[in-house]
Amino acid sequence: MLLNALPSPEGGESFGDRLGAAVRDFGIPRIIILGFLGVLLATAVSLRLPMGQLFGNILTRFGMNGILVLAMIPSIQSGTGPNFALPLGVTCGIVASTLSIELDLRGFTAFFFAVGVAIPLGAISGYLYGVFQNKVKGQELTVGTYFGFSVVSLMCIFWTVVPYKSPEMIWPYGGSGLRVTITLTNRFAQVLDGFMSFKIGTMTVPTGLLLFFGMFCALLALFLRSKTGVAMMMVGSNPRYAESAGLNVDKYRIIGSVVSQALGAVGIIVYAQSFGFIQLYLAPLFMAFFAVASVLIGGASLRRATVWHVLIGTFLFQAILVVSMPVANKVVADNLAEVIRIIVSNGIILYALTRKEAGVDVR
Amino acid sequence: MTTPQQDHLGSSGDPRKRFDVMEALRRNVVPLLFTVLCVVGAYYSGLTLPFLINEIIVRMARNSFLVISLIIPILAGMGLNFGIVLGAMAGQFAFIATANWEIGGFVGLILTVILSIPLAILFGWLTGKLFNNSKGKEMITGIILGFFANGVYQFICLYILGNFIPIRVASMLIPGGIGLRNTIDLKQIHYALDNIWKISISFGSGVPVTIPVVTLLVIVALCVGMVLLFKTKLGQDFRAVGQNRHIAEVAGIPVDRVRVLAIIFSTVLAALGQIIFLQNLGNMNTYGSHVQVGTFAVAAILIGGASVSKATIGQALMGILLFHTLFIVSPLAGKNLLGNVQVGEFFRVFVAYGVIGVALALHAWQGVRRKKGGA
Repeated sequence: MLLNALPSPEGGESFGDRLGAAVRDFGIPRIIILGFLGVLLATAVSLRLPMGQLFGNILTRFGMNGILVLAMIPSIQSGTGPNFALPLGVTCGIVASTLSIELDLRGFTAFFFAVGVAIPLGAISGYLYGVFQNKVKGQELTVGTYFGFSVVSLMCIFWTVVPYKSPEMIWPYGGSGLRVTITLTNRFAQVLDGFMSFKIGTMTVPTGLLLFFGMFCALLALFLRSKTGVAMMMVGSNPRYAESAGLNVDKYRIIGSVVSQALGAVGIIVYAQSFGFIQLYLAPLFMAFFAVASVLIGGASLRRATVWHVLIGTFLFQAILVVSMPVANKVVADNLAEVIRIIVSNGIILYALTRKEAGVDVR
Repeated sequence: MTTPQQDHLGSSGDPRKRFDVMEALRRNVVPLLFTVLCVVGAYYSGLTLPFLINEIIVRMARNSFLVISLIIPILAGMGLNFGIVLGAMAGQFAFIATANWEIGGFVGLILTVILSIPLAILFGWLTGKLFNNSKGKEMITGIILGFFANGVYQFICLYILGNFIPIRVASMLIPGGIGLRNTIDLKQIHYALDNIWKISISFGSGVPVTIPVVTLLVIVALCVGMVLLFKTKLGQDFRAVGQNRHIAEVAGIPVDRVRVLAIIFSTVLAALGQIIFLQNLGNMNTYGSHVQVGTFAVAAILIGGASVSKATIGQALMGILLFHTLFIVSPLAGKNLLGNVQVGEFFRVFVAYGVIGVALALHAWQGVRRKKGGA
């Protein structure tokens, strides 16, 4: 561990070495992913698929997933690695959304009520998880993964016994518990997507959604530049140094967790309003993995992530998903897109895990 | 990097005898807790004892190999090998081949085993190499590797098989398309091992208890083999690497090679385990049978009292017994206690994930405390 922290002897590198280093830094998987996207786009054009519609879809999915991916930044920056316990925050967001339906709210009121409830809920759960996380330093990734799984399966029991009355959520002919998917059509489906949206040719731009996502990006970027944010980054990049500089390492790790889970809670509401449905039970189980993969595709490592990484990564990942679906349907006529999603997302996570410098400092 | 073993050495040297009962309780708190849960669950499930015993024997015979396959990597200091999913895939690829050639019975089973071993060695070698590149993060790497491999597996089964590699048996393919169906019938191999010699013991009027003797003998042979393995040079190397990688390196043990060997052993055993599992089941869920293998095996061994750095065969067997008893009784107990079958089912999923989460957290927590104490 200590050896990694020592600066490696540098200087006297040729241009070839530096080019090689640049390629290595960008990462061969990312080059493959970019190339793959290029091939997909070329195929889509040659198959005469409706490109305007496809780009509109990419924009929507970009905004829809963006905040969930943003949730990775605070946890990575505070040194706890990608937040594999994201389902915790996601669950808080789902609870808030179901609450807004139970209270019979509609439109923007319902959406902002849900967001307003989700943020404190996510923050509280993030605080508790942060305290817990400080006890398992060095194993945050593995513990987080199974913590997330446990929360989701525990919430399954909650959804079967929760005493909600709204006919939109319970089964129509008795039976206990909530439905597996709850339709948001009359609630807050597409309230953001439709806000000030306009068309360029056949491409629909979901203005409200992008604005909302942009606002969160800006807020997070400001937070990262604030005193707290900088301190958090120091704690993450070198805990020993931060400690000797008088920073409370545990405190900043908790702050990272709080912000991350709160973003996760908001993220799932934005996701649900765009998607048009809330999915309960085991649906959030793998939410964390695609978010982790997105930020890593964007160029983040397990120790460093920026808003740009999120923007680039989410866009690339969603572009692959959106374009691969119709292309795969035309070429092989099957659910190849799903298989590609699994391979790409887990492949990039594996790559990040095996990078030498990526080791999270165990202290 | 401190070693996990230091703690055990320190605590066992405690001279005060009075604390030994508490110490024993504390150490076995997980299996004891689950024994209580199982007994309560079994009581409220309303199942008859012979039925329950029958089910438990079936599941012990099915799952023992898969769970025991976790022991070597644990002792080699690589944590819980979530990568056994790849071993299960090797077993399934072998089954696809023998089902395609329509070779059944005991010969078919042996052929499946023979085919699966080189595949499992290859997968294990790759997994081991990968783990050597992510030292200290083997477990999360294993989890993600399982997902990744599942993607590749689906790709092969959906697009390569039947397309580039011809499949002779039409009923194995998706009607009118390429790729394998969701379920593959393995009736030629069904019970190929279990039915060689079965003993039925009847208890009065209830269902007679059936014991698949040969399967259990194979499991006993595996257990004996494991004990013998740890008496060999290689077995000692596994332990040495597990206790302290750096000291082992200095002592001249090729650490990286030993670690890869540990994973190869584990993957091959998992492949055999999946074959035993599927010959008992009689059909294969092409895209689902292997997915949860890692989680369930890991949960079982942890419930038996193993930890991330310590495991014995006894703990593995105890864990299978408790975990699967809970699996059998929890839906019915949930129904009788709470009036809801679903709650029981969700509860057992929660137990599987929760136990792993708690065990990993405890392990990490002890690690942090030890470091603070040592510094």
